[in-house]
Amino acid sequence: MPTPTLALDIKGLSKRFDRPAVDGLDLKVRTGELYALLGPNGAGKTTLLRMVAGLLQPDAGHISILGIDTARDPVAAKRVVAWVSDEPMVYDRLTPLEYLQFIAGLWEVAADIAEVRSHELIGWLGLAEHANERCGGFSKGMLQKVALAGALVHEPRLIILDEPLTGLDAGSARAVKNVLLGKVREGVTVIMTTHILEVAERMAERIGVIAAGRLIAEGTLDELRARTQHGGLSLEDVFLDLVAENERSAAA
Amino acid sequence: MSAPTASLTWFARHELGLFWRDWIGMMTAGRRTRGIVLTIVLLVAAVLLHLMAHALVGPWLAKGVTPDKSTLVLLTGGGVLFWSVMLSQALESVTRAYYARSDLDLILSSPASPRKLFAVRTAAIAASTMLLSGLLGAPVIDMLAIDGGPRWLSAYGVLAAGSALAVAVGVGITLALFNLVGPRRTRIIAQIVAAVVGAGFIIGIQAAAILSYGTMNRFEVLESSDFIALAPDPGNPVWLPARAAMGDGMALLLVMLVGFGALAIAITVSATSFSKHAIAAAGVSRLGVRQADGAAVFRASSQKQALRRKEWLLLRRDPWLLSQTLMQILYLVPPALLLWLNFGRSAGAAVVVVPVLVMAAGQLAGGLAWLALSGEDAYDLVVTAPIAPRVALIAKIQSIIVVIAIVVAPILLLIALLSPAAAAITALGITLSAASATAIQMWFRAQARRSMFRRRQVSSRAATLSEAFASIMWAGAAAVLAAGSGLLAIVPAVLALLVLLLAWSIRPRTA
Repeated sequence: MPTPTLALDIKGLSKRFDRPAVDGLDLKVRTGELYALLGPNGAGKTTLLRMVAGLLQPDAGHISILGIDTARDPVAAKRVVAWVSDEPMVYDRLTPLEYLQFIAGLWEVAADIAEVRSHELIGWLGLAEHANERCGGFSKGMLQKVALAGALVHEPRLIILDEPLTGLDAGSARAVKNVLLGKVREGVTVIMTTHILEVAERMAERIGVIAAGRLIAEGTLDELRARTQHGGLSLEDVFLDLVAENERSAAA
Repeated sequence: MSAPTASLTWFARHELGLFWRDWIGMMTAGRRTRGIVLTIVLLVAAVLLHLMAHALVGPWLAKGVTPDKSTLVLLTGGGVLFWSVMLSQALESVTRAYYARSDLDLILSSPASPRKLFAVRTAAIAASTMLLSGLLGAPVIDMLAIDGGPRWLSAYGVLAAGSALAVAVGVGITLALFNLVGPRRTRIIAQIVAAVVGAGFIIGIQAAAILSYGTMNRFEVLESSDFIALAPDPGNPVWLPARAAMGDGMALLLVMLVGFGALAIAITVSATSFSKHAIAAAGVSRLGVRQADGAAVFRASSQKQALRRKEWLLLRRDPWLLSQTLMQILYLVPPALLLWLNFGRSAGAAVVVVPVLVMAAGQLAGGLAWLALSGEDAYDLVVTAPIAPRVALIAKIQSIIVVIAIVVAPILLLIALLSPAAAAITALGITLSAASATAIQMWFRAQARRSMFRRRQVSSRAATLSEAFASIMWAGAAAVLAAGSGLLAIVPAVLALLVLLLAWSIRPRTA
């Protein structure tokens, strides 16, 4: 079966809590690209990604992952997706190896393949020394790496990460970035939110800016620069200009 | 500012403020009307408890109570039962003061004196223990005072002194454990000791009653002439608390001196080393624990197997959760003993243990169901896994069923050898009770860390009460059915179903 050209296709997605968190949002992410989602606090980034991962039920709209309608076949969609939250979801009393084997069991990965991959990932992320230690005593950075290894052990085709580099030291951040870029080179799609604009600037092929639950701008860094009034040099200037412009037009 | 910063009074005000907000939040959950409704419910419950206490103490007082040996034995025995529960609570609270990190890191890293903080926190534990024991003892003491005269009000003083002594002993045990086994093992050993102390005395006295009199009524021992004859003379100091409770002023003064004196000594001695032990306790979570063969558990497992095995592995590796769960099993020791002694002699004994088993199974299922359904540390992971929610739920429920089956099967087998009919009824009761508790936990499921297990009863009072009432009703129905009154069993069974219906109707609706 040919790989669909769109890894993620979102149409008219809405979710409301006490106010609209995501408001009729449309988004298309191509297969094999690294897409960074930026936005101020409370813009709706995490809500959007949690709906894509199947953790929240949308009020309206459609989500299609690699051609699979998530509402019609959620299990098939989940099979190709990995979700990494900013708060690592790891069991204190399991070791990294046990955690990866448990995930392999949930995603029905063959035992021998899972074992090879687990050791490989643990090595890549610099966790080999701690592979048989319970996660309970790990630092946040180590837990984040275990969670990332867990996301990769079932070889997902779409990886969604919410603030993946928060709490990581420079060495660990580089290891994670290298693993993610390596996955993109293999044709895996990566969507991530980040407040570290430098990361988005260096890693992402396309950047989406979200504010008040809507996608207000999208494109490569150069395309975004061209959209702003001052044509700022850094992504930070571009991002702040776009958000301010959106706030002005919302107030008008 | 009325009090100098970080002084004893400043810490006390800070702690009191936190306690008040916590209590108000727990009672009202942010809704004023809920607080009013709860107050009315508590008042009605207080009246009912006082009426029940009147029914209990009225006939006893009517016989004429004098401070003779039999009265002193009964009061002291009841008092020790109550105090063992106080000690259990105090020990757990003291341990938490060392290990709970919430604001401890902030305070220990500030120039404030940790000695003062610990002194205030220990005093606060003593105050809350006194408050709790006072509330629990109030119906009996109030009715003793109303029916037997105001002299009985001095029992409140005995409760206060007992609470102070319990906290002092709790501090002593914790300090001894820190010095003997180190910070890594102190918490778990203290928690196990607390659980055993809480249940131990009741179980011990029940076991003594079974061995001596073939009954599970713990007061049978305290009222027996043999036991009273063995007890010391009425002039012995061991009876001072009982005498104090009966209004002997000098005895009360001595009891309060001992209780509060012990607390003062415990605070003075332990406060100086608090900072050292609390810092040592903080380092415990950073110590790595190596595991040998865990990954093999998940190898070649299906989705459901992976979930089940994960639940069992986490339960097995958490000694505290295991101790809490096993505490339920501890209560099964006396009925098992009763069965053992009556083996081959009387089928009647089986009838006695039926409700105990049904109740215990319900409580055990409730705890395990909370762990499996609500206490899921990697909630996002399980929800985003390619497994239908219904299948994941079934796997988790299966993991609960297996644990309960392992626990109750040996006793069921013993009952079956004694009376197959009673065994069948017990099995049915256990199934219904465990299913009800699991269903209630499913309806009231709220995502939480497993480490919050202790607070599960506070987080949803509706779930806790429904679970307890459903278990009691199924236990009642099973007991009545085992006694041969089939028709009468319909009443508690219908009440159990009504409890379930009520719980279902008030379950929180998810967004």
